[in-house]
Amino acid sequence: MTAAGAAGQPLLQVSDLHVEIASRRGIVHAVDGISLEVPAGEAVGLVGESGSGKSMTLKAILGVLPPEAKVTAGSVVLNGTDLVQLSGSQLNKIRGPDIAMIFQEPMSALNPVMRVGAQIAEAPQVHLGMNRRQAADRALELMRRVGIPDPERRFRSFPHEFSGGMRQRVMIAIALSCEPALILCDEPTTALDVTIQDQILRLLHRLCRESGTSLVFVTHDLPVVAQICQQLAVMYAGQIVEQGTVQEVLTRPCHPYTLGLVRSAPDVDHPRASLEAIPGSPPSLISPPDGCRFHPRCKFAEEDCTVTPPPLRLIDAGHSTACLHYERCLDDLQAEGAGR
Amino acid sequence: MSASSAVAADVRQAPKPGPMLEATDLSVSFELGSAMVARMRHQEHLLHAVDGVDLTIERGEAMALVGESGSGKSTLARALTGLERPDRGEIKLDGKVLAPRRSRADQRKVQMVFQDPYSSLNPRMTVGSMLHELLRVHHVVPNREVESYTAELLGLVGLSEEAVHAYPRQFSGGQRQRVAIARALALRPELLVADEPVSALDVSVQATILNLLQDLRRELGLTLLLISHNLAVVRHLCDRTAVMYLGRIIEVAPTETLFAQPRHPYTAGLLAAIPRMTFEAEDDAPAVQGDMPSPLRVPTGCRFRTRCPIAQPICETEDPALTTAASDPAHSAACHFAFAAVPPPRHPVDVAAAEDVSVDALDEGVAP
Repeated sequence: MTAAGAAGQPLLQVSDLHVEIASRRGIVHAVDGISLEVPAGEAVGLVGESGSGKSMTLKAILGVLPPEAKVTAGSVVLNGTDLVQLSGSQLNKIRGPDIAMIFQEPMSALNPVMRVGAQIAEAPQVHLGMNRRQAADRALELMRRVGIPDPERRFRSFPHEFSGGMRQRVMIAIALSCEPALILCDEPTTALDVTIQDQILRLLHRLCRESGTSLVFVTHDLPVVAQICQQLAVMYAGQIVEQGTVQEVLTRPCHPYTLGLVRSAPDVDHPRASLEAIPGSPPSLISPPDGCRFHPRCKFAEEDCTVTPPPLRLIDAGHSTACLHYERCLDDLQAEGAGR
Repeated sequence: MSASSAVAADVRQAPKPGPMLEATDLSVSFELGSAMVARMRHQEHLLHAVDGVDLTIERGEAMALVGESGSGKSTLARALTGLERPDRGEIKLDGKVLAPRRSRADQRKVQMVFQDPYSSLNPRMTVGSMLHELLRVHHVVPNREVESYTAELLGLVGLSEEAVHAYPRQFSGGQRQRVAIARALALRPELLVADEPVSALDVSVQATILNLLQDLRRELGLTLLLISHNLAVVRHLCDRTAVMYLGRIIEVAPTETLFAQPRHPYTAGLLAAIPRMTFEAEDDAPAVQGDMPSPLRVPTGCRFRTRCPIAQPICETEDPALTTAASDPAHSAACHFAFAAVPPPRHPVDVAAAEDVSVDALDEGVAP
């Protein structure tokens, strides 16, 4: 990743983060040494299958890991502060004004017995020291900004009176309420219909550009990433296997897993005769395979892939891959291009 | 996959003329609470999930049903399968009208694969006992052939023979969906209805199930009705596509025609809303604004007018019927301007007004 903030420092720097979950069968290495930079004002996508550790990464950044999981190594530096070292009450001061999160299922993230307006007004009262009157005005203004019609009336509604898209707008309003520098999004549009997803993505993009907010956007939907993010990191079995600008990674995938993801989803504009599935299933995170974790499912795997874990290395300006034989992906792409 | 004798032969036999399935004026509604309380509160207490649908499925084709959640596509599929009793209209299979309560032989002819393979399989039964029971109850094959037929079915969906002794929890999501497909195919149905068969699965696994469905169609000559909200999946798999909105079919066309030249403004919006690999953020207005109105408060006239970018005064008063294009008998749309020489100008929808109709709370009811 290149573009850093004006001060030469990225807004968020995750270094060598490890998250382990204790389970009856052993220790699950849910996140296994990932490093990620989020420059100020940019959106970074994090994609991968379920169980690849993308949601755990987000939760570790925000310090909301489930009780059985903990960060065992690494740092999460936001604006010069290492969030991993902070206590619970120190983190509470940061959540809201500095960092906020938007969840996949707004119905379970919102308080069902609290009026929507009060939920949006809560954070400004706590963090910005506003009184009730000021916070209510701010909530109304936010509701207007996220496109909730008739905010004066909707202010007193409960979440169940809203549709899925409207609830997600409420979530966005809450996330924006203290003008954080960074918003973490965990599949914010997966539960929505395609027309509503389109509305929410455009809204998020517009608001973040207006306020210069950075995003970390977790999803499994590649076209969504292509529309909203500038940078992309592909996760597999708790590690980042490819990283770069969205356009570079998706048009010139240099890791067989990324290539597999790109080819397994039907493309609405270029239907192909048959889809190419990735064989097998993701490995156990208790005892992951030796060498490259993807080698048991990889069609380009060689002897050396089973021995040494390939490091994430830079192959082009702003494009890194953790594949020893990434040239094969490019050859394969070229062959396909010729065959078309 | 070796499509073998018994399953394949039976599905293929006797190509009768005429459409395989014909639904006319089909309506399904659900009662909400008590009729009396609703009357006292001037509320609608019937939710019309499917509201007068005509649908024809030809033999051997793959038909898609798309639409947003709440558009009635799953209810329509369940009604066609016989899981939901329609309160109006009729369903003809092979030219024969199906009774509201189907005979066992008729039940066999339409089978369904459900969305969530984690809840649609009995966790206490092995795959073998599940299939054996089904085959015995319906007398699909003579008792002594039950086991060999089961093995054949599992082979057909790409599972090994050991799967017979396994419980659903021992399988991954993709494998469970294969079991669900084997269960549906066991009865040698004429029509396979698949309700969002891949949306609960990971992207890399989705591809294997989609490829399986495509192979099965090719090898068994299976007729398929696919319900999906994923238009890329639909374009990949289906010959014809029907678009539903608020309980009605608003456009039907061969899939390629529909994608190339949508006639209904909702279809056009739906297609424009698909996220694409464009790598540029779009700053223009969203393709379709607002939310779908509650099925308890269907707008007067055209159902889509509250979100329609080309709505005119006539749309408020007259409900457009599904009409066929003069130039293309395979293409129908329910819009006053679908096949007009000059479509009316687009204008931004007054979102506040449009969304005001769409408060989703079911208990808000309808104005008298």
